[in-house]
Amino acid sequence: MSQLDAKIPEGPIKDKWTNHKNKINLVNPANKRLIDVIVVGSGLAGGSAAASLAEMGYNVKCFCFQDSPRRAHSIAAQGGINAAKNYQNDGDSTYRLFYDTVKGGDYRGREANVYRLAEVSANIIDQCVAQGVPFAREYGGLLDNRSFGGVLVSRTFYAKGQTGQQLLLGAYSAMSRQIGKGKIQMFNRHEMLELVIVDGKARGIIARNLITGEIQRHSAHAVVLASGGYGNVFFLSTNAMGSNVTAAWRAHKKGAFFANPCYTQIHPTCIPRSGDYQSKLTLMSESLRNDGRIWVPKKMEDVEAIRAGKKKPTDLSEEERDYYLERRYPAFGNLVPRDVASRAAKERCDAGFGVNATGEAVYLDFSSAIMRYGKEKATVMGEKNPSDQRVKELGEGVIEAKYGNLFQMYQKITDDNPYKTPMMIYPAVHYTMGGLWVDYNLMTTIPGCYAAGEANFSDHGANRLGASALMQGLADGYFVLPYTIGDYLADDIRTGPISTDLPEFVEAEKTVQDRLNALINNKGTKSVDHFHKRLGKVMWDKVGMARNAQGLTEAIAEIKQIREEFYKDVFVPGSMDSFNPELEKAGRVADFLELGELFAKDALHRNESCGGHYREESVEESGEQKGEAKRDDVNFKYVAAWEHKGEPSDAVLHKEDLVFENIELKQRSYK
Amino acid sequence: MAGKGMNLTLKIWRQSDANSPGKMVDYKVTDISEHMSFLEMMDVLNEQLVSKGEDPVAFDHDCREGICGMCSMYINGEAHGPDRGVTTCQLHMRMFNDGDTIYIEPWRAAAFPVIKDLVVDRTAFDRIMNAGGFVSVNTSGNTQDANALPIPKADADEAFDAATCIGCGACVATCKNASAMLFVSAKVSQLALLPQGKVEAKERVLNMVDQMDKEGFGNCTVTGACEVECPKGISLTNIARMNQEFLKASITADK
Repeated sequence: MSQLDAKIPEGPIKDKWTNHKNKINLVNPANKRLIDVIVVGSGLAGGSAAASLAEMGYNVKCFCFQDSPRRAHSIAAQGGINAAKNYQNDGDSTYRLFYDTVKGGDYRGREANVYRLAEVSANIIDQCVAQGVPFAREYGGLLDNRSFGGVLVSRTFYAKGQTGQQLLLGAYSAMSRQIGKGKIQMFNRHEMLELVIVDGKARGIIARNLITGEIQRHSAHAVVLASGGYGNVFFLSTNAMGSNVTAAWRAHKKGAFFANPCYTQIHPTCIPRSGDYQSKLTLMSESLRNDGRIWVPKKMEDVEAIRAGKKKPTDLSEEERDYYLERRYPAFGNLVPRDVASRAAKERCDAGFGVNATGEAVYLDFSSAIMRYGKEKATVMGEKNPSDQRVKELGEGVIEAKYGNLFQMYQKITDDNPYKTPMMIYPAVHYTMGGLWVDYNLMTTIPGCYAAGEANFSDHGANRLGASALMQGLADGYFVLPYTIGDYLADDIRTGPISTDLPEFVEAEKTVQDRLNALINNKGTKSVDHFHKRLGKVMWDKVGMARNAQGLTEAIAEIKQIREEFYKDVFVPGSMDSFNPELEKAGRVADFLELGELFAKDALHRNESCGGHYREESVEESGEQKGEAKRDDVNFKYVAAWEHKGEPSDAVLHKEDLVFENIELKQRSYK
Repeated sequence: MAGKGMNLTLKIWRQSDANSPGKMVDYKVTDISEHMSFLEMMDVLNEQLVSKGEDPVAFDHDCREGICGMCSMYINGEAHGPDRGVTTCQLHMRMFNDGDTIYIEPWRAAAFPVIKDLVVDRTAFDRIMNAGGFVSVNTSGNTQDANALPIPKADADEAFDAATCIGCGACVATCKNASAMLFVSAKVSQLALLPQGKVEAKERVLNMVDQMDKEGFGNCTVTGACEVECPKGISLTNIARMNQEFLKASITADK
């Protein structure tokens, strides 16, 4: 299986990246000016890659579908970014971050990549501070940290609940500097619709100008896909409305293997859905689990009274509450990893203890933290014997300073005041660990086509830990790609500009034209959203938080059916040569309708439970871990990389065996 | 709440492209839940229009949680509508009453030409940022340790508050002069407050203000409407700080 050579460097894990950097080819500064690189996406991975590559001297063309690179969905990341700085002197180290990430990913990530991620994490914080990113600080002027799920240290750097925004604006500012110098040509409101391959190498893309509808050919010596994740295959997710799989899927159909599509993160703390009209779900940062305690009532009669509006959650005494995470996982409590917390919420709600009208909500309660912080604050302020009211007031101030924007967001959406009454939350689709298969250099199985950030599969295994997505996006873009891409481009210094008149460009452009024409001329009777919602329902019901062979088999057939109906009956108004958001959506949903099937196929083949992928057939049946997910290392200790062969059902499985030399494989326990 | 939904009349600006004249067009939506966001109400309208084979209303939106800065509607004469501290996507229908007539227009400013319907071109903001909205530091990973330079918490917090600007353009849309001073001053302030940004503070403020003027934004007459309508509560103090920085730089800069 030569195509799946991960190209992991030799040597001890702690030296691999350094040795690799010392050995790989470099391109001299004068030659970099002769080389063009396309970056698709302007989020943390794409933005940081575009800026870094331009600083190094390459000619960068960057594409985003939003009206400005600053709006990529990384902007919405809330809680923080991990780094093994050990500023808190709590025993953190590169190894511990590496270990936590591999364990958190349920031993389905690639050791060498994860170690590198942990290794460069500290540099990210240095780099961002140098750019003027205003991280939270303590009174002494030094950086503050907090904790995230699945770890026992405080290594998360943050900027209130807007860490993603601040980091992205940092990357955007670095991009702005290069755009101003002409080293990055920015294509806002453009969408990549095809990858162009010449002589087996990625040499360009076909993009559509979303304002004029013009179909354009863009050539380059290498193409970086940093187009994010595909959570919107579920229709409802915490992703932005425009987040899509199209760039990655186009590459997949041109030969890039798609790895572990079924690994999806269902985030435990989102605002529950309220009606059928709902267009998206809103995340409440995991950082809230630092201070919020999750519970449902112990007694069914209290659940019923709350649903009927006869009781309020604040009426229930401590004894009447079931803090089920603290009960089941005493060591990690409310800070268990996301997959564990989500399943535990589902378990309680399935058992009938959900606290809202739909039965799909649990409480996230800050009252203990408010009192604790209030007492601390009163002591610091020298207030003796403050009243409960005063303690509450002070405590609410502390909570506001930490999470103010999140509480405001919650209140605006639900019309409930979370300082006074517990938040209601429920799991929702948030992040996709799967993505384009890449080797150690972040190259896909198409030479010259790279994938970075959420678009690749590489670092998070079957479950991503909180505050690790920002770390990975920036690590890929600032510190990994700029090195590894040079190794490949060193062979291209004499190639010269790639002509867009090559037949491969002409053909790719025609494919795009034909595809869009077909959508516009279909003149069916149902809107794009109609199909997207149906797809989303099948995905959530049968390929969601708990999966089984029967449901997955049905899902595969149903998705295929919806796809066929889509092509028969979709209606796309307007024309191709104008600003046409419905046409954009149609193209994206068409790709989701194929990905969804591969997703379910991957979930069906992986007959084990690991991380976010929970198969009801694979559960611990006895012992201390009874009822917990059961991984199967004998049969499934590999990356599943799918090769496109026509229909999603024809996709061929390739396996990359995962080798664990530095971490002992064992059952993940957070008890 | 299971009560009956609202029936509303919408008067919406329709304009097929930058070169065509636009006009207000009336639409009706029925049974709108108070729990819907404003944009979900727009989704309902567009679904109706598509089902009749008509052209849906184009509007910008993406994250739908108030942080990307993409959504931009001028509702009943207010940028982002009647609520405070929210973007259009965070505005909820509970702010309206059954039978209401709602006026929906795009941002209006010479520097923000209409692309279609409610979608405007805000790339002028990007060009201002390209002129100086950054610290000139390359990606190396070899900058000094992040804690080598302590920053007083008060400065860091104030820089953060300025940095929360989402670049939506509500400040421009609501300003009678279509001034971009709140937007520009937020970035100038963030970087002027931090030691990392101080080094090139003078060039930055001069270059950004210069670009702002070139783009055709108006001047500031300290009405303060921008601060009221800003979804992120960016303070007018930033404009005062920028004026100070600008004056200092004009007198002492090398160029």
